[in-house]
Amino acid sequence: MLAALLVMALGAVVLGAALGYAAVRFRVEGDPLVEKIDAILPQTQCGQCSYPGCRPYATAIAKGEAEINQCPPGGDEGIRKLADLLGREFKSLSAEHGIEKPKSVAVIDEQICIGCTLCIQACPVDAIVGASKQLHTVIARQCTGCELCLPPCPVDCISMQAIRESVENWKWKYPVFKINPAQREAA
Amino acid sequence: MTALQRLFKFNGGVKPAYNKEASTRLPIAVAPTPTLLVIPLHQSIGGMPRPLVKPGERVLKGQRIGGADGNVSSAVHASTSGTVIAVEMRLMPHTSGLSAMCVVIEPDGRDEWIPHGPFDFRNASPTQIHDYLRDSGVVGLGGAVFPSYLKLNPEKQRNLDTLVLNGAECEPYITCDDVLMRERAATILQGALVMRDMLGAGQVLIGIEDNKPEAIAAMEAAAHAVKTAVGESSVKVVSVPTLYPAGGAKQLIRVLTGIEVPHGKRSTDYGVQCFNVGTAYAIFEAIALGQPLISRIVTVAGNVGQPRNFEVLLGTPMRDLIALCGPLPDSDRVIMGGPMMGLRMPDDSVPVVKAANCVLVGSSDLFPPPPPEMPCIRCGECAKACPADLQPFELYWFARAKIFGKAQEYDLFDCIECGCCAYVCPSHIPLVDYYRFAKSEIWARELAKVSSDEARERYEFRMLREEREKQDHAAKLAAKAVARREKAAAAKTDAAKVATTPEQDEKKALIAAALERVRAQKEQIQPENTINLTPEQVAEVAAIETRRAEIREMAKPHVWQDD
Amino acid sequence: MTSYLFVVLGAVLVNNVVFVRILGLCPFMGVSKKLETAAGMGAATTFVLTMACGASYVIDRWLLIPNQLEYLRTLSFIVTIAAIVQLTELVIQKTSPLLHQVLGIYLPLITTNCAVLGIPLLNVSLRHNFLESLLFGAGSAIGFTLALILFAGIRERLEAADIPVHFRGTAIAMVTAGLMSLAFMGFAGLDKYK
Repeated sequence: MLAALLVMALGAVVLGAALGYAAVRFRVEGDPLVEKIDAILPQTQCGQCSYPGCRPYATAIAKGEAEINQCPPGGDEGIRKLADLLGREFKSLSAEHGIEKPKSVAVIDEQICIGCTLCIQACPVDAIVGASKQLHTVIARQCTGCELCLPPCPVDCISMQAIRESVENWKWKYPVFKINPAQREAA
Repeated sequence: MTALQRLFKFNGGVKPAYNKEASTRLPIAVAPTPTLLVIPLHQSIGGMPRPLVKPGERVLKGQRIGGADGNVSSAVHASTSGTVIAVEMRLMPHTSGLSAMCVVIEPDGRDEWIPHGPFDFRNASPTQIHDYLRDSGVVGLGGAVFPSYLKLNPEKQRNLDTLVLNGAECEPYITCDDVLMRERAATILQGALVMRDMLGAGQVLIGIEDNKPEAIAAMEAAAHAVKTAVGESSVKVVSVPTLYPAGGAKQLIRVLTGIEVPHGKRSTDYGVQCFNVGTAYAIFEAIALGQPLISRIVTVAGNVGQPRNFEVLLGTPMRDLIALCGPLPDSDRVIMGGPMMGLRMPDDSVPVVKAANCVLVGSSDLFPPPPPEMPCIRCGECAKACPADLQPFELYWFARAKIFGKAQEYDLFDCIECGCCAYVCPSHIPLVDYYRFAKSEIWARELAKVSSDEARERYEFRMLREEREKQDHAAKLAAKAVARREKAAAAKTDAAKVATTPEQDEKKALIAAALERVRAQKEQIQPENTINLTPEQVAEVAAIETRRAEIREMAKPHVWQDD
Repeated sequence: MTSYLFVVLGAVLVNNVVFVRILGLCPFMGVSKKLETAAGMGAATTFVLTMACGASYVIDRWLLIPNQLEYLRTLSFIVTIAAIVQLTELVIQKTSPLLHQVLGIYLPLITTNCAVLGIPLLNVSLRHNFLESLLFGAGSAIGFTLALILFAGIRERLEAADIPVHFRGTAIAMVTAGLMSLAFMGFAGLDKYK
């Protein structure tokens, strides 16, 4: 009995010491996982996930503090990619964080804008230009559609407009073969 | 000149019925100017040109109406003189059925040219040539509409030894290059020599499929004429076996030179550059005559009474062209391009653009609907037919399951969408549709990735800027506080130091005088209880006052004296 | 010499740890979705298993048997394996963050891979000497890697295939694994050429 205890204790001490040494010797700084998660997130910086931006959310996911289904702009596809990366199960988008909307951009109604600069301060990607008492406008190409500029506007002159399909961004549709009734009967 | 040229083969390929004879019986006709020209601004690969004209403006034939925007973009010109009616969204010759910016011109029938003249490219700098060709709007007329000035940049393309002229025209029904070579061989050759000189290439190989003997003969005659006239012997006309898609750039280069351009490389890396014969013709017109690209040869074929080739002003509605050939009553569709690679048009009102080599009229008899798609049986016929040496069935599986990463690993983007795989597929799978779907999905994703990276960068910069501003602000406040404290301290020492200066004395005197005045005023005010008194009371008060005065006198005589 | 060859060949093919002994199924099902991950997992397991076989032989021969503590075999082997896995993880994380990333949570799970405990225990019951133990461990691990890579290749194809909805995912993977197991039974015939 004593021998058994001694052997196990010896084993524990030796292995513990070895692991302890290794933990110090092979310490790793930084977390490459955050980078990878951040790369998947859509970078709208909208805060709908309840974190102040995409990177904080990525950090929270990496730490296991946040679920992977809190990003409405990323949609189901983004969740699927995160699930793949992290080896977690796919979950549908959590309703409390919002719903997936078509990609849109903010548009300022120039008739109403009073030039208060509040939206400029709210925009996380500096996509609104303008100055105090000057008309503001949105750089559509840079706008991520985060909607953060909507609440601060005192005159409600900002609206979200879905990006329209054009010849440039038109996509070929998934091929669907229509079975016409005549052929169906013949077959 | 001909023929003792060793030829090579590319893998795969198919032999569909050419259906070319009908449209080559008649010579090229000039299509009449339509009542309204709709000229899309976006007619080449790359950026959308910006409009240079306004509604109501009068334009001349050959006047630039769209300026190249960005590094890859090509100008657009008015095809005839007239008045700009509108610059607006019009239906595009595009499968999507969507609209884009077009300049609508009402011709005035005078067909008045803008002043133009030849361009002396031999004495021009590369930048001048680049800008001139960009503003002439010359693009690849084989169907890809890649701006030609980017391919004719001699600085980028050093050590070029072969210029390949593509007259193969392998797609069924299309004969626009064929008739162009038959009728205007000498001009094409002139254009080819101009391009050769620009590129500094050693030889010119003109590849023509052997089902066009008249075109071969015409080009040979032209080459012979050039040889006898100026001793030019670098041009070779080569007849290549008829096999679809011998007219693909990589395939033709392979057949003519034996060079197989690998994945991720360009033919220029191997000293070969390839142009369509129609492009050579357009280059000649642009350089030697100074005429920008405003018209092209278009084959009208298919379900029409008399198929024919026309020289068409860009912007002419396809409907007008079709009407010239007598469409058969059961026609129900218009295809731009051939039956293999062509795109179905949303409507027959769409205009002819630079990419339109053929307007193919179809009916359900001529092109019956494909039989139902059956499951892939992995027979591998598509792999045997693929001229790009891909594995179409793998691409199909991945595209179908939307595993785009894998599809890219299998080199989806090397697919030229020639349609050979779908042509041979025993299960009638519309393979090319799957590839187009996968390609556009991947492009969309890449664009989204680029814009999200940009957003991240901007967000991080904003964070950095806010942090910096906060620090700057804090630093400013701290500096101000320090300054204030220093100032206060300095003021104290100053006061101590300069107490006896005359100014200070003056101030002190002023203050003292003011104080004196206040005291005097106070003394003049009489207490209320001394008003309305009886004479006895007055006398009593006076007696008390005199006593007080005496006592005061006695108490502090020295104070009064001192003061 | 040939006996050593037979130990290795037998471990890789005839008694394939996954398909014949049916050991180590959780990483087999869990890490076989992608070919790269499967290869990385196989490499890590090979390293750990070989080390574990060597270490457990030493512990068994020089520590447990002299003290008549054979009843502590399973316990002490598990502790040793866990320590080796931890060590491997630390080293991989430092030297190859990418592989660490790819293997993810499956790396610490090598600890609970029953193949890694099973093979050292089999070594004892088969009375292998030190070299045989090492070769048996390495051979089994190579067999495991082979199974994992073959299976990952098939699963990548299954992703793109038309599978009835109810069979998608683990169900079709189990069916496939069963079929592969049947196929590996064919290697039993190698016995005849001994």
